Amino acid sequence: MSILLTLYYEFFKIGLFAVGGGMATIPFLNALIDKFHWFDAAMLADMIAISESTPGPIGINMATFTGYTVASFAGGVIATLGLITPSIIVIIIIAQVLKKFKESAAVQAMFYGLRPAVAGLIAAAGLSIFAVTLVDTAAYQTSGNLMDLFQWLPILLFLILLYCTNKYKKHPIFYISICAVIGILLKL
Amino acid sequence: MKELADLFVTFAKMGLFTFGGGYAMLPLLEREVVDNKKWATKEEIMDYYAVGQCTPGIIAVNVSTFVGYYQKGIAGGIIATLGVVFPSIVIILLIASLIQGFSHIAVVQYALSGIRVAVCALIFNAIVSLSKSGVKDVYGILLFLFAFVMVGILKLSPVYVVVVSALCGLLIKKIQGGKK
Repeated sequence: MSILLTLYYEFFKIGLFAVGGGMATIPFLNALIDKFHWFDAAMLADMIAISESTPGPIGINMATFTGYTVASFAGGVIATLGLITPSIIVIIIIAQVLKKFKESAAVQAMFYGLRPAVAGLIAAAGLSIFAVTLVDTAAYQTSGNLMDLFQWLPILLFLILLYCTNKYKKHPIFYISICAVIGILLKL
Repeated sequence: MKELADLFVTFAKMGLFTFGGGYAMLPLLEREVVDNKKWATKEEIMDYYAVGQCTPGIIAVNVSTFVGYYQKGIAGGIIATLGVVFPSIVIILLIASLIQGFSHIAVVQYALSGIRVAVCALIFNAIVSLSKSGVKDVYGILLFLFAFVMVGILKLSPVYVVVVSALCGLLIKKIQGGKK
């Protein structure tokens, strides 16, 4: 029971503080790793991939996935409900004063500060996912050879992907499926 | 009651056919909510997005609560939101329970390793596009670095960064306003 309460509370907090949509929840999920050790950075990357390639808002999918990982079916439902509760409360309050809110200088000023910070937060969360995917600290520590620190094949694939995603604006599902096939063929 | 059921089904349908969330839901909202059901105009939907972006939580959820609330009050807001998340919960629970059974298989592990590289690229692109739209001046660069160091290196909770950066925004605009 207490684990479900913890889940609800943690995702309520995420729903309350993650401003800017689905991707903005990633830094908070990453913070859960250090706090509870419910999952690791590699699993977080898997959850992001699956959440991007299945129907529904990414943020919701990730909450359900995380909740399931922690406490099975009930966990998935509770985490999702926790995430949406603050939205429902906040939006219902704002709905009464929509016009005022939209034109409020204070709201715009707060967002002026929030926008770059959210980008920084996602960059910080990306760091730990990059670390498990593109570097191999274990190999470096055993061999002491700096060349072993980098996983060259994934890095090469990463650079090719950066080029392709920016040149051909295809849906993320496309790149995710291609990478799954490449992963199997190259035994990454 | 019938209207609430209609809200739930309509939003569940949109949740089922949205891949990616946020703006990916916009064309569906225009077709279902604006054209078919006439629950809101296109301009109203854009307003909900504008506000949904600068309020806490998932944008798609915020927009759904808006439409539901204006349609059928508080119950409508709750039902529309539950509708939009319903397909996610069902599908993800199914996939999550399958993945746990299959994740030890070598082929699945290779596939997931490949997929993680794709996720790195997607996150990298998200950071770049958010920085382009959010980091506009020297304060923006400082706030970006502040958030990055606090959470990425010092491992503080993102909650503090969100609160502090919003306050910084207020403060900076206040000082700039005072100068004019």
